Amino acid sequence: MSIDITTVRHIARLARIAIDDADVAPLAQELSRVLDLADELGAADIADVAPLAHPQGEALTWRADAVTENDRADAFLALAPDARAGLYLVPKVIE
Amino acid sequence: MTGLFTSIAQCAQALRARQISAVELAREALRAAQTHADLNALISVDETGALAAAERADARLASGTWSSLSGIPFAHKDIFCTSGVRTTCASRMLADFVPPYDAGVVERLHDALAVSIGKANMDEFAMGSSNENSFFGAVKNPWDTARVPGGSSGGSAALVAAGVVPFATGTDTGGSIRQPAAFCGLTGLKPTYGRVSRWGMIAYASSLDCGGVLARSAEDCMHVLSAIAGHDPRDATSVARGVDNYADALRAPLQGLRIGVAREYFGAGIDAGVGATVQAALKQYEQLGATLVDISLPNAALAIPAYYVIAPAEASSNLARYDGVRYGHRCAHPTSLEDLYTRTRAEGFGAEVRRRILVGTYALSAGYYDAYYLRAQRVRRLIANDFVEAFKAVDLIAGPTTPTVAFKLGEKSADPLAMYAADVNTVAVNLAGLPAISIPAGFREGMPVGLQLIAPAFAEGALLAASHQFQLATDWHRRTPGGAA
Amino acid sequence: MSMHPGWQAVIGLEIHAQLSTSSKLFSGASTAYGAEPNTHTAVVDIALPGALPVPNHAALDKAIRFGLAIGAHIASRSVFARKNYFYPDLPKGYQISQYELPIVSGGRLPVRLDDGRVIEVELERAHLEEDAGKSLHDAFHAATGIDLNRAGTPLLEIVSKPVLHSAQEAVAYMRTVHTLVRWLGICDGNMQEGSFRCDANVSVRREGAEKLGTRAEIKNVNSFRFVEKAIEYEIERQIRALENGEAIVQETRLYDAARHQTRSMRGKESADDYRYFPDPDLPPLAVTLADVEAVRATLPELPEARRARYIGELHLPEIDATQLCHDRATVEYFEAVLSGLRTRDAGPGEKGDAKLAANWVLGEVSAARNAEHLHFDAPRVSASALAELLTRVREGVISGKIAKDVFAAMWSGEGDADAVIEKRGLKQISDTGALAAAIDAVLAEYPSQLADYRGGNEKLLQFFVGQVMKRTKGQANPQQLNALLREKLQS
Repeated sequence: MSIDITTVRHIARLARIAIDDADVAPLAQELSRVLDLADELGAADIADVAPLAHPQGEALTWRADAVTENDRADAFLALAPDARAGLYLVPKVIE
Repeated sequence: MTGLFTSIAQCAQALRARQISAVELAREALRAAQTHADLNALISVDETGALAAAERADARLASGTWSSLSGIPFAHKDIFCTSGVRTTCASRMLADFVPPYDAGVVERLHDALAVSIGKANMDEFAMGSSNENSFFGAVKNPWDTARVPGGSSGGSAALVAAGVVPFATGTDTGGSIRQPAAFCGLTGLKPTYGRVSRWGMIAYASSLDCGGVLARSAEDCMHVLSAIAGHDPRDATSVARGVDNYADALRAPLQGLRIGVAREYFGAGIDAGVGATVQAALKQYEQLGATLVDISLPNAALAIPAYYVIAPAEASSNLARYDGVRYGHRCAHPTSLEDLYTRTRAEGFGAEVRRRILVGTYALSAGYYDAYYLRAQRVRRLIANDFVEAFKAVDLIAGPTTPTVAFKLGEKSADPLAMYAADVNTVAVNLAGLPAISIPAGFREGMPVGLQLIAPAFAEGALLAASHQFQLATDWHRRTPGGAA
Repeated sequence: MSMHPGWQAVIGLEIHAQLSTSSKLFSGASTAYGAEPNTHTAVVDIALPGALPVPNHAALDKAIRFGLAIGAHIASRSVFARKNYFYPDLPKGYQISQYELPIVSGGRLPVRLDDGRVIEVELERAHLEEDAGKSLHDAFHAATGIDLNRAGTPLLEIVSKPVLHSAQEAVAYMRTVHTLVRWLGICDGNMQEGSFRCDANVSVRREGAEKLGTRAEIKNVNSFRFVEKAIEYEIERQIRALENGEAIVQETRLYDAARHQTRSMRGKESADDYRYFPDPDLPPLAVTLADVEAVRATLPELPEARRARYIGELHLPEIDATQLCHDRATVEYFEAVLSGLRTRDAGPGEKGDAKLAANWVLGEVSAARNAEHLHFDAPRVSASALAELLTRVREGVISGKIAKDVFAAMWSGEGDADAVIEKRGLKQISDTGALAAAIDAVLAEYPSQLADYRGGNEKLLQFFVGQVMKRTKGQANPQQLNALLREKLQS
């Protein structure tokens, strides 16, 4: 599957990864090659075959409704590149 | 190679006989790590933590309570969160990340009083088959430092193969334990999906990731598996099923064992010498009492395409959390929210990771979901069904773990697709969620060759038994890069 | 009733009800409101590497409860899916929600409009999902602050079909859902705290047209009044635009309460590609018939059914029944007062009990409660204490009028009915002798009024009644007083 430069930019936008202009075309080629690989799936006869999402088909484990976590705000906020007054900061977002 | 780290059982014996203390063992391991620093197998060395853990082990050994892993030095693949110890996933994105919590696997080995000396190098975010994708540089194969150790658990493999530690934890999403084990002459076990907790095991592809072990023998793998296997209520995909007594299981004889030889695993891409070595090992199995049965896995050729859609798709979503907001790398002076995201992620992720995120994003995107992700999940069921069918006639399935021996550094790194093709015999196992092991089966051009055995779900015992019996009768697994057995 | 002849408005509401569990949907962190920022977060909620979600069973139960209450289909197999997008209040870069296989689908709700009509509103589905954190845009100069306390709180997203045709219908439906979720005990409905939020999808089309018009989504309106105004404005806006030959853009809009208008959300992506796929960290939710029946067994009688019963069996007027059934705590208080009355009141008067209780609950008790902004689950006078008071009225110990004073005293904490009556000496004077004495005294005090009355001025009866009441400090039994007074005046 060959993907064009517009598509590459669109995908990069969805994935929030900056790409230098110089890299767009080579990337398009690389991705096209991987997608060619993926296109081999087209040969499969999957009529009436359900997707397999969970290998063991295990039942979902649930939790009882109870507060089990302590306040670890300090330890967690200390990991942040920019946190002030107990808040994580990002450049101002206008809604 | 000191000779101390030939096996976990030997270390344990020396400890109990007081020939050596855990602290001395730990120091040995740390020294060995230093000696082999050129392999670049470790990202972080935790000397303080190691000695503290060793002291704890010595105290317990003195009081008479111990497990088979008490005081045994090892390393964690740097994908397991270790509280207070840097965990990087070999990525610039997490280069300075210190987790505030321990992974389930880490807790269990800590409770077993094993002694971690540090965090092993790996391919970034577990994406790779050569350990050339690490932000911290490539790892070298101790057998030939011009060659790759395999990936993504390359650091783990190199440490064990060089005799720095007797075992190391790893993870396997498409072959990342088995392939490095094969390239480095080790025994590498990938358990059944859900057998080992994924809590704190940094996610690459959630429905494929499995925690496991690399060691020098099946018996050693057995000790580690016994410690790390088991249900974890913090992981909703962890199976609520009792853990078998793997020590007992080990003793099962080979007599009557039916081993399926899949013709697809000896296909055109397999190096003739590797194929021949593996066939010879299988002949050995016959002599030991096993029966070889020809089988077919008809959809084997679809495994690589399916894997390279599903894994990147899940990864694209799992890696969306790396955005410079709550932890990890952040670009300097972001001018807007968009700038923060796009530059942080472009800087934080290496080329292969970026590639897979983009492929995965595409495979899930509007208009392509059905043709790619959904289709791949349906092909996945075909592949899983192939195994179910095959296991009606055989107990285990065998084949070469990899198409070639370890290739040279730089040989495949320029061509992602060539790299992906190296996973041809391993990825189907992850798609089906089955357990598999790679054991040393001989040599080709002086480099180790791995034999892969695949078992039905939760039959790790059978895998270990078949491997152990082979290792009682052969000595491939005892060979070391230094030459001495 | 269309305010815009020739046009039809088509409205669908998406309501996000925060489920009243103690812990979050996928972690054991607390959901309690008002904590210091980022103190109610677990590893899972800040999306640390290696964190994994494990779902809260109580959230599932509450979702099933809702589904049963609206007669919907409960899925025996439903799936959590990832909705992928980037926003700072969404730590994982995806929201765990439900997409193709929601837990609840279909269902209907009878909605009573102001004019008394009842419309049956059909619902599309209701599904479980986690809430995002909060963005604070004004905390810092050039930055937005993120508080993740709310991230991971369980939500039930309730989606109606686009079957509402006016702002009034939409608000009536919203109120009905609000009452129901509180009634069922699955959501506290506190809109100030954001426990109950509403998005409205609004479009218009020419009357008789089959195709739906392009819709705009008005997001996060947090009061009934604002929802009504926002929808009204939006309908107007769209009609005006179309009449001017402009096209409607499919977009998200916010309601500006200050200017009473909706406006486009700046900077928001049009039609984000969410790349939904089943969450690989969460196997499918399996719900058995036994599970559903277990929840069904705990369902209370629903508001509409109870309202009908109050009208049919207790013979309460419609308006009383409607008001009582607005709120489960009110109705339970009423029921308790009623049953208290019945246990004590062995004599006749059965038929009047319900009306008496209703009058007091909707009158005195409501007023007292409202004055202090209390809920019915924390009244200062318990239902049994009120029942005792009303029994004293029935027994003739005090008059209904005096009872109101006693009630006020009880509300201030002076004690129970008997204690207050005793302490303040409020027992009704029914003793004919004492009454006669009081009447005689009054008649003697006002000879000219007595003459006027005997002269034909019948209105003065009330004057005498008032004076006797004053003389007896309001404790004269009114019926006795009236009878005796007439007798004396006749003679």
